[in-house]
Amino acid sequence: MAMTATAGHAHADPHHIGLVIEHPGPASKRTVTAYGFWIFLLSDIVMFSCFFAAYAVLVGQTAGGPKAAEIFEPRYVAIETVCLLLSSFTCGMASIAADVRNRFWFYLGMTVTCVLGLIFLVLEFREFANLVARGYGPTRSAFLTAFFSLVGCHGLHVSAGVLWLLTMMAQVYAKGFRADILRRMLCFALFWHALDIIWVAVFSVVYLLGSAV
Amino acid sequence: MLGKLDWSAIPFDQPIPLVAGAVVLVAILAVLAWVVVKGHLPYLWSEWITSVDHKRIGVMYVLLASVMLLRGGSDAIMMRIQQAVAYQSQGYLPPEHYNQIFSAHGTIMIFFVAMPFVIGLMNLIVPLQLGVRDVAFPTLNSVGFWLTATGALLVNISLVVGEFARTGWLAFPPLSELSYSPGVGVDYYAWSLQISGVGTLVAGINLVTTVLKLRTKGMNYLRMPMFCWTTLASNLLIVAAFPILTATLAMLLLDRYLGFHFFTNEAGGNVMMFMNLIWAWGHPEVYILVLPAFGIFSEVVSTFSGKALFGYRSMVLATMAICVISFMVWLHHFFTMGAGPDVNAIFGIASMIIAVPTGVKIYNWLFTMYGGRIRFATPMLWAIGFMVTFIIGGLTGVLLAVPPADFILHNSMFLVAHFHNVIIGGVLFGAFAGFEYWFPKAFGFRLDERWGKAAFWFTFVGFFVTFMPLYIAGMLGMTRRMQHYDVAAWRPWMIVAAIGMAVLVIGVICQIVQIVVSVRNREALRDRTGDPWDGRSLEWATSSPPPAFNFAFNPDVRGEDAYWDMKVRAQQQSLDADRPEYQDIEMPKNSPTGFVCAFFATIMGFALIWHIWWMVILGGLGAFATFVVFAWRDHDEYVIPAAEVAAIDRVNVEERRGLVSMAGAV
Repeated sequence: MAMTATAGHAHADPHHIGLVIEHPGPASKRTVTAYGFWIFLLSDIVMFSCFFAAYAVLVGQTAGGPKAAEIFEPRYVAIETVCLLLSSFTCGMASIAADVRNRFWFYLGMTVTCVLGLIFLVLEFREFANLVARGYGPTRSAFLTAFFSLVGCHGLHVSAGVLWLLTMMAQVYAKGFRADILRRMLCFALFWHALDIIWVAVFSVVYLLGSAV
Repeated sequence: MLGKLDWSAIPFDQPIPLVAGAVVLVAILAVLAWVVVKGHLPYLWSEWITSVDHKRIGVMYVLLASVMLLRGGSDAIMMRIQQAVAYQSQGYLPPEHYNQIFSAHGTIMIFFVAMPFVIGLMNLIVPLQLGVRDVAFPTLNSVGFWLTATGALLVNISLVVGEFARTGWLAFPPLSELSYSPGVGVDYYAWSLQISGVGTLVAGINLVTTVLKLRTKGMNYLRMPMFCWTTLASNLLIVAAFPILTATLAMLLLDRYLGFHFFTNEAGGNVMMFMNLIWAWGHPEVYILVLPAFGIFSEVVSTFSGKALFGYRSMVLATMAICVISFMVWLHHFFTMGAGPDVNAIFGIASMIIAVPTGVKIYNWLFTMYGGRIRFATPMLWAIGFMVTFIIGGLTGVLLAVPPADFILHNSMFLVAHFHNVIIGGVLFGAFAGFEYWFPKAFGFRLDERWGKAAFWFTFVGFFVTFMPLYIAGMLGMTRRMQHYDVAAWRPWMIVAAIGMAVLVIGVICQIVQIVVSVRNREALRDRTGDPWDGRSLEWATSSPPPAFNFAFNPDVRGEDAYWDMKVRAQQQSLDADRPEYQDIEMPKNSPTGFVCAFFATIMGFALIWHIWWMVILGGLGAFATFVVFAWRDHDEYVIPAAEVAAIDRVNVEERRGLVSMAGAV
């Protein structure tokens, strides 16, 4: 419904100054769902910011262990980043396919997103496993604690995203492009893109700044 | 197989928790048996446990809070008695047990009494005040409630199986680290808060979305009732602050479970980081609790003064100012930990600035009363009692915000008196005012006024007798959390405080009697019009209790005090002259998702506390399966046919016409 400006109701409002824009009533379900999910994402970002803050506080606390620059493998981090950014693109393609109700492109887009997400996770796991094998696990120093937690928290979100992605594909397979499933798809896409944004921050704060030191 | 759990977890050598646990267990079993034998189980299951109706969920929140209030209150009684008798002696509680009691008391009162109480009232009333059918996400709402219940359950389990934290209600490291607290107490604390914290976050997202996106036609921002504004502010704070708590507790748990070094003394861990993080959540938490109470007082004062709220816009501004400033003062919780004079001064000034919008609110309430026709009903008594009490609490708060004064008073009984002053005088009085005020809306009959007033006076007097002596003891140098002491000067004040506690207990008993008496006399106390107090906002425009769909037609709001406005107009014209045709209403279906999800969360939480890893995996899989099953439903709504809506609404309109013609005659 369009916003309507009425002067008629305005007289009842004692504080009314000039034009009153009348509230048109409850928003549509799609708006409400997306809005609620945005607020969830903001709260999730607040949680991440705590881990970022902890990392910033503890980055120098190496307790005789390795410093940031000594443990990063920029090549693999670059591949990880490319995978994740590409997956955001393919997730966008899947969203468009869902909007135009095209099953083939939807499945293709989601599958590629899933594969890219899995590659990202495998590379991250490999990095973690290597560090632990070298004796640089999260218990070695406060710096490593903060590093593993921040990056791991993001990895955990990606894993949950992959699980959600598979559930979405199964749902579309079983139920088709119903309105409620499209709303969930919208939320999933928001989630996946938000993870990308957080990764950009992780990449800059942890890997770029870390390699520079 | 069972991780750390074995028979030594049951404290056979300690009679107090065992007896208390046994009594609670017997009570629970008796209630369950009664429910099953009387055949109430199907009703409870289909009408309450699986309900996604915001009103029912609100009532269940308040019920949970009330039960936990008795638990937290018992802890308080034990502490007051201990400090009254523990002069130059050990008292009757072993130190270990005493430490668990004060930790549990704080944790329970904040997380499982105050939080569910205000969230329950917000749930119950806000959609009604906004003139809408439900909250934004009804099923999620149910999940949020049941997760809160899970947290409460875990805390209570700790009474008998294992132990609770001995670290105070915020579990400061390094005391809460594994090396100093090797038992399961801190784990109970952390996991119950993690699980109920998810529930709180869900409730916060839900209510923010509801207020911002689901208002009825014409309900502009500056026409929302004050309670909706404070709900918005409070839930914005929840959304912004609770993730900090989640992250902080996650870090503490990583330290404890996997040997990480966030807050340890070794390998570069930083204890001060915990202080900053926990209070970055903890200070806004104070306002998460008190802002809704401010909203309740605004509604109550305006209704019982028969006047529109004075300075509505300044009230909105003050609310939002508090919402923002509350995030900028966290450091005043550790003035004495060496941040330096500049930092302390800045945070001291920021802390004092909060008194300005709060003062604006107090004056607005006073001016609302000024020149009004005041009715001293029970909710109004709580509101006036609050103003007197809260001013004292606010003044001592400003005193504590002065860093040099804080260096003398921090961690003393003065501080304990201050925060009880504001939390009891602000949040609890507000919760009770809201309880009395909205009870008829929830259940269709009013509460007995005589017992209500008795409850108020005993609680009011009891509060002062209990906590004013603690201010004095604090200034005499008594620190908090003392198991026993040898200073003669403190003794009399502890005895007075214990007597005050007894008066408070009488207040609680009065409140229980009030409910029993009112239920007995419910026919005489019946609220037939839906508007027992001559209210001003939309929740009074529907019947008591409201039908599942709240309103037969979405109300059309023309100004502030929407319902008052309607009543005035209705006196000039026939009440339903311009009623459009009734239509079918779609409502969300009940769902066991919340309950089942909480069931698995309980299993998972318990297993995590005791390191029973197979059970953790089982609980996690169960929770995920619950969501998938929920996602697979094909029909999530049912239809109430127009004829049924018409039948329900007609009864309401008839009753109301009687009211309006009576009001017209006056």
